[in-house]
Amino acid sequence: GPAAPQRVLFPPTFSVSEIKNKQRRHFMFLRWKQQQRKEKLAAKKKRRKEREALGDKAPPKAIPKTIENQRVYDETTVDPNDEEVAFDEATDEFAPYFNRQTVPKILITTSDRPRGRTVRFCEQLATVIPNSHVYYRRGLALKRIIPQCIARDFTDLIVINEDRKIPNGLVLSHLPDGPTAHFRMSSVRLRKEIKRKGKEPTEHVPEVILNNFTTRLGHSIGRMFASLFPHDPQFIGRQVATFHNQRDYIFFRFHRYIFKSEKKVGIQELGPRFTLKLRSLQKGTFDSKFGEYEWIHKRREMDTSRRKFHL
Amino acid sequence: SPQVVWSMLGNRQFCSYKMTTKTQNFCRNEYNLTGLCNRSSCPLANSQYATIREEKGRCYLYMKTIERAAFPRRLWERVLLNKNYEKALEQIDENLIYWPRFIRHKCKQRFTKITQYLIRIRKLTLKRQRKLVPLRRKIERREKRREEKALIAAQLDNAIEKELLERLKQDTYGDIYNFPIHAFDKALQQQEAESESESDAEREEEEDEDVDTREFVEAEDSELSDFEDMDKLETSSEEEQEEEEEVEKKASHSKSKGKTPLKGPARRKRPYIEIEYEEETEPTTKTKAA
Repeated sequence: GPAAPQRVLFPPTFSVSEIKNKQRRHFMFLRWKQQQRKEKLAAKKKRRKEREALGDKAPPKAIPKTIENQRVYDETTVDPNDEEVAFDEATDEFAPYFNRQTVPKILITTSDRPRGRTVRFCEQLATVIPNSHVYYRRGLALKRIIPQCIARDFTDLIVINEDRKIPNGLVLSHLPDGPTAHFRMSSVRLRKEIKRKGKEPTEHVPEVILNNFTTRLGHSIGRMFASLFPHDPQFIGRQVATFHNQRDYIFFRFHRYIFKSEKKVGIQELGPRFTLKLRSLQKGTFDSKFGEYEWIHKRREMDTSRRKFHL
Repeated sequence: SPQVVWSMLGNRQFCSYKMTTKTQNFCRNEYNLTGLCNRSSCPLANSQYATIREEKGRCYLYMKTIERAAFPRRLWERVLLNKNYEKALEQIDENLIYWPRFIRHKCKQRFTKITQYLIRIRKLTLKRQRKLVPLRRKIERREKRREEKALIAAQLDNAIEKELLERLKQDTYGDIYNFPIHAFDKALQQQEAESESESDAEREEEEDEDVDTREFVEAEDSELSDFEDMDKLETSSEEEQEEEEEVEKKASHSKSKGKTPLKGPARRKRPYIEIEYEEETEPTTKTKAA
């Protein structure tokens, strides 16, 4: 009953889930839980006493397990000295950019009939990315836009997809026949929603920081992002655009930094922020029917483990 | 007989195809020509009736005559109409010759309407079609939660600051920022072990500088703390930067004594960063004094 003693000895083959009565089963489960907690606390105390008793000779504290620590090893992780990867990167579609043969020129557009938030987001994105132009689409098919863009020397095309007045998707296509990446975009914050007191981003070319792109796929996506910005950042502007990958979510931030000393830097966020999650990577330019997909996110196969990431 | 049928179904009793609204009655029967519930357009109450119906993009003319009223299976006779609009109209005329004017007229009207919407369908399929993808609530929730956790795990500000400091160390910025860097630090550490003349000289110099320029220090610091003027710093010369850096150390030292009003606004704007670094700079100032 409810007034049972604290220390209960269960027969060895007993399990709480075998009781048919729900109330009683619940009660017994709570009691079992309390007992477990007590034991855990006692074990902790004991360990701490042992540690204090040993003093300097105590073994070092165990490293706590994080998801990043426990990440399933991905076989496509890039080794910095890998020759094959280096060779691939020298000959892929971004080679002309990294050899400074082409200057990026970006076209930003939206899906049909963009609403206020999306429009403003596009404008802000255009100020963040140098040498970019915003054009509104009124019912034009993407397949017909692309040859026109190539003719006018654009290197990249960004399409921001909108749903219910908020932007929720991003298609990034490298133009002269380059890969197309389709992202889901979330937590979009416009400039006025960010708590900061900075001015607008200036016209200087920002630096780019790409964090945590470890696998081959991550590498190619990273290069794609890098190719959006001109290769020579203007340090006078002191602006930096960051693409940080964490657990397959890519966080974009735009900051202004200032070095107060050699060990101290202050950053101030200007510019919009958003997070992206890669949905698919296609080999050619945007073509939903006949395109050859390099990578698609398949929920059933790829979302099975919590410690497995693809970027 | 049709009159009896109509008097029963139309007005008095229940007709399962009839739908009443405030202003009008509709007929849901598939063979109805106009869609309204009238004496003349009820397929049940007219023994001689015709309709146009379309299946899979082709139009058919359905006809019902009195002779076949006893055979429900063979009641509706159907004629495939020509794809050509005018020829189909002629076909209708030819099949419904000697039929009441009302039915003929309404059939042609219905046929016109149907062809128009078929044309529209064909045109629309050529244009881009918006594909609606359903959201799955559970998955959306899961993704949102994972994104939040990832954001917390990412510690973006720290990562960015670390990266920037790394780049500074690796000299990617060249000569823009001129901090008296690692050599000075190393010298600091070596000062207890051995006394090198160079480092001593440097230290004395810097201490002298501090003593002299202490008054300047406070004023310039206000520029630094006001973020709106951050852009002005672009044009600052190297000397100014050096002084500012010294300023920072001294100012933070004075900050530790008591909160100076000058640092107030800066604190308000980015309180948490200032608090973090307060501890960091204190030890260096202490060792310098020593």
